[in-house]
Amino acid sequence: MNERRVLGLLAEFAQADQLLDGARHARDEGYTVMEAYSPMPVEGLAEIVHARGTRVPLWMLLGAIGGGAFTYWLEWYSAAVDYPINVGGRPPFSWPAFIPPALEMTILWAVLAGVAALLIGSRLPRLHHPLFDVRTFERASSDRFFLLVRAEDPRFDLQRTHAFLAALSPLAINEVRE
Amino acid sequence: MSAAIRPGSLPPVIAPGEDATSISTNISYITLQRPFGWLWLSGLSLAFLLSGLLTVGICWLLYAGVGIWGLNIPVAWSFAIANYVWWIAIGMGGTFISGAMYIARQKWRNSINRFAEAMTVFAVSVSGIFPILHLGRPWFFYWLFPYPDVMNLWPQWRSSLEWDFWAILAYLVVSIVWWYVGMLPDLATLRDRAPTIARARFYGLLALGWRGEARHWMRFEKLNLITAALAVVLVFSVHSMVALDFSEGLVPGWHETIFPPFFVAGALFSGFAMVLTLAIPLRKWFHLHAYLTERHIENIAKLMLAAGLFVDYSYFSEIYTAFFSMDRYDVAMTWHRIFGAYAWVFWGTILFNVAQIQLLWIKRVRRSATAVFVIAVGVLVGMWLERFMLIVSSLYEDFVPSAWGMFWPTFWDLAFLAGSVGLFYFMFLLFVRLLPVLSMFELRKLAQSAGRVEVGRVLTRRGAGLDPPDGTTS
Repeated sequence: MNERRVLGLLAEFAQADQLLDGARHARDEGYTVMEAYSPMPVEGLAEIVHARGTRVPLWMLLGAIGGGAFTYWLEWYSAAVDYPINVGGRPPFSWPAFIPPALEMTILWAVLAGVAALLIGSRLPRLHHPLFDVRTFERASSDRFFLLVRAEDPRFDLQRTHAFLAALSPLAINEVRE
Repeated sequence: MSAAIRPGSLPPVIAPGEDATSISTNISYITLQRPFGWLWLSGLSLAFLLSGLLTVGICWLLYAGVGIWGLNIPVAWSFAIANYVWWIAIGMGGTFISGAMYIARQKWRNSINRFAEAMTVFAVSVSGIFPILHLGRPWFFYWLFPYPDVMNLWPQWRSSLEWDFWAILAYLVVSIVWWYVGMLPDLATLRDRAPTIARARFYGLLALGWRGEARHWMRFEKLNLITAALAVVLVFSVHSMVALDFSEGLVPGWHETIFPPFFVAGALFSGFAMVLTLAIPLRKWFHLHAYLTERHIENIAKLMLAAGLFVDYSYFSEIYTAFFSMDRYDVAMTWHRIFGAYAWVFWGTILFNVAQIQLLWIKRVRRSATAVFVIAVGVLVGMWLERFMLIVSSLYEDFVPSAWGMFWPTFWDLAFLAGSVGLFYFMFLLFVRLLPVLSMFELRKLAQSAGRVEVGRVLTRRGAGLDPPDGTTS
């Protein structure tokens, strides 16, 4: 077991505010490669652990434009170019009547693109993760809050980081191994 | 920030003392540990039998054709389309709660949105059966989809029936995807609390490895916010398209510009009614009083009343417009609707959708779960009658008296209606035992923000959740 590489040190907290405080201290201390885990979204946490912002809105916008434009193009191509039919003298390219399907596909593609961006950006699905080997981590989805300082961090040092985390008075500190 | 709030004026939206631990324990208990109980089992059996009846009906219809229903010329729409409109309308309530109320920061919605979304998914699934079967040759329904077929034909994009296909498609997929993605954090909770390895694997697969990392939450919340905004557009557009199925027709009573907003109001009306019909028994049987409080019941009842008043205004406006236009067919249709062969449908609609909901003006009625439940069931009945009235009273006596004719439902008409209710409840009853019935992570968030501003006092609009970002506290 011990020959597995250390992935990082995991500190466990009982309250969201303690996790926020701890993460803020770690940031001020100069740690840059951190992850924070919580059973519900905690406002401001992502910024503290140096999240780069999210591309979900951009992908949703692209999905919306793509879905709407493609559907509208398809309607134009099929009704005005490929097989124009004269129905009661209406123009083959009846543009107002083509809006409803394009609108629905705008929304559908936006949502699908957003879900794809969420999953791909978060590297999910990933059914197993080294963190799941930590016994107490199962409470990360119920009522505990965790701060992981990763070993890739240039300032990471097993002893010193451990001492730093201990100063935040967490409930426990665990080594996470790959 | 809390200056405008009178302390103690409103009961809390989550019971005092609830925290992340108790919420996770209590809600996952329902899914993971609670014994089935005879009530659930007998409900499921009944729903299963009715779904079986629906299945038999569908097989018989595929063999014998739509003639097993009572529809014929002139009343060619009848029960099938009434059921379709009724069910898809019920779904709208759930999406409205998840979408519009999220944007409006109505935090109390956190405890109802999960099962309301489930209701939407099941109602839309059930509704989709009817227009397909009603096609006559249901096995060709995919002709509505534009694909390069060997006949070299394309769909008729100018038809509202084609629009409807796209609307239902988008609505069904978006509601399923949003419901499922919104459930990921709670599925992770169930995975981590599962008593057996088999169940941990089941929920683990569904949870896709969700860990609750801050960056994941950030993406998740952004997705939720934007989808909520889009869902509002979706609700209004989808049900407007359903209405356009009618408005695009030339029959008196259908060819009206008021139909899209009128149908959307009706959709929200019946949607809220179904949310109440589900919430009140759920709360009682699963002891969810801590999360589904009096405030919830009362608030949804108020929303139902408000939507109902819009619907009532539309009834009035329809009748007024008919006489004001002096169009002889519109006037005759209105006359037949109110005093003709189907007058009882009209008066039933008035009783359920106009008269009885006025009781909700009284606070004591709104605060009584039983009374609200009875009224909500009445609204569901009333809304079905309304859909039936709109269809049958316009079709059975339209322009030329020689083309007039009555509609009589057959056994199979009633079987499909009962079967669709059975199928809906079958799915919903499975849902309440297999999946998290309330949204745990949103309740945790609600409890946390409530705890910070002293539970029970400041939970009107501003109190919960509008705190400044946590950077400023402690």
